[in-house]
Amino acid sequence: MPFFAPTDDPGANFPELLRRVGMGPGVDGDGHIDVPHATTCVALRFADGVVMAGDRRATSGNLISHRSMEKVVQADSYSGVAIAGAAGPAMEMIRLFQLQLEHYEKVEGSPLSLEGKANQLSMMVRGNLPAAMQGMVVVPIFAGYDLRREIGRLWAYDVTGGRYEEREYVATGSGSLHAGTVIKVGYKAAMTRDEAINLSVRSLWEAADADSATGGPDALRGIYPIVATVTADGWQPVGDDDLAPRFREIADEVLVRSTPPAPGPGRADVADERDDERDEGSDDA
Amino acid sequence: MTMPFYVAPEQVMKDRADYARKGIARGRALVAIRYVDGIAIVAENPSETLRKVSEIYDRIAFAGVGRYNEFDQLRVAGIRAADLKGYQYSRDDVDARTLANQFAQILGTVFTHEMKPMEVEILVAEVGLEPDGDQMFHILYDGTVVDQRDTAVLGGDAEAISGRLAEGFADGLALADAVRLGVAALAGPDRELTLAELEVATLSRGNGRRCFHRVADDALGDLLG
Repeated sequence: MPFFAPTDDPGANFPELLRRVGMGPGVDGDGHIDVPHATTCVALRFADGVVMAGDRRATSGNLISHRSMEKVVQADSYSGVAIAGAAGPAMEMIRLFQLQLEHYEKVEGSPLSLEGKANQLSMMVRGNLPAAMQGMVVVPIFAGYDLRREIGRLWAYDVTGGRYEEREYVATGSGSLHAGTVIKVGYKAAMTRDEAINLSVRSLWEAADADSATGGPDALRGIYPIVATVTADGWQPVGDDDLAPRFREIADEVLVRSTPPAPGPGRADVADERDDERDEGSDDA
Repeated sequence: MTMPFYVAPEQVMKDRADYARKGIARGRALVAIRYVDGIAIVAENPSETLRKVSEIYDRIAFAGVGRYNEFDQLRVAGIRAADLKGYQYSRDDVDARTLANQFAQILGTVFTHEMKPMEVEILVAEVGLEPDGDQMFHILYDGTVVDQRDTAVLGGDAEAISGRLAEGFADGLALADAVRLGVAALAGPDRELTLAELEVATLSRGNGRRCFHRVADDALGDLLG
């Protein structure tokens, strides 16, 4: 059982505890390593909180290495984290982050503030910098409900641990350009939960449409993106049975948009009218 | 040069045990009771902020009586051991028995090797997936481990309290009944404990992954009726 002198005590810091007992992360070797990469995740604010969404695909170069990866995960009761980048270090970072929040809550007897959690994640991303230099880049999104301020808040990160709070939306990963643009265009202040889910789902659809590393909804295998909201009621995942009709709606819309008008009765009517006109004309002559 | 007086080892141990027992007896007691959905822990604790009962892991709770700083140090060590084990292996591999043994090691070592024994008694409780798997380990100041099935009493006046508990205990108590029994056993016939003097927490099978739940004052008021 780890027992420390007061001057040497790691406090409520779990990663520090891991280092003290010799289980800290180590980076060795050099050069780039080809590992599976997780791709597109988004988060946006709506009236009651935030919605987070992420596709399920992991890629290794041009290959799909995993179809049902969960990149959007619950961090604790009132926050979630979404990760793009090297899948291995990313999942490990999520695991450690979840554990750190719970460890802190147990040792201190009360949970970290939302800002404290965002800061903690920032330090973890910074800690990953040596690995990032070798290509194992991990870029998360952190979002949650701030119980003290009673609002949803979200943060974007960069490789160095830079932490940027955003007011409207954040997108990360290879499809983030497309997903972000869709949200940017469709964003309204104080959307309802339903509207926010629709917009996030739409952004992932468009990202999957334009980016080969982002997976779309896979109705054949029954794999849908992970979508969840965080409000004053806590973390609420949006089930596949709720997501499936939303994607079907988008698919129907795309179908209508991209189907050329059929050469059926419509054209024939026009032709008939012309014929009539000509007939009339000939009559006049 | 002066030689220290010879003191028989038996006497040293007895003195230490007396010292620890006196320290513990000064504090207020707590009880743990098995109920239909898990384990309820009821502590007499006038402080709103300094806790006697707390969460160690998904299915494991910790409770301590005696010197606060000493059992709090043990509590934190327990959380660390549990989180490290769960991180290194799997969450399923963290169990109360291992923790209880580790606590016993620490308490035993301090009792024999240090100037002053720890003036604490602690409880490590684990709620099983089924009622049969519920476990309670009561660890004394000298590292003695006692495993208890239905009820456990820690702290001053333990004998009288456990007598009162045994009278009222039955298998499959509802939560409200278990808490009322615990409060009555702690108070005894001549006293009435108010909400402000009580700290109640449960390890409940129906509480999701993290079974530990602190019962807030208003909810406790409802339970006590």
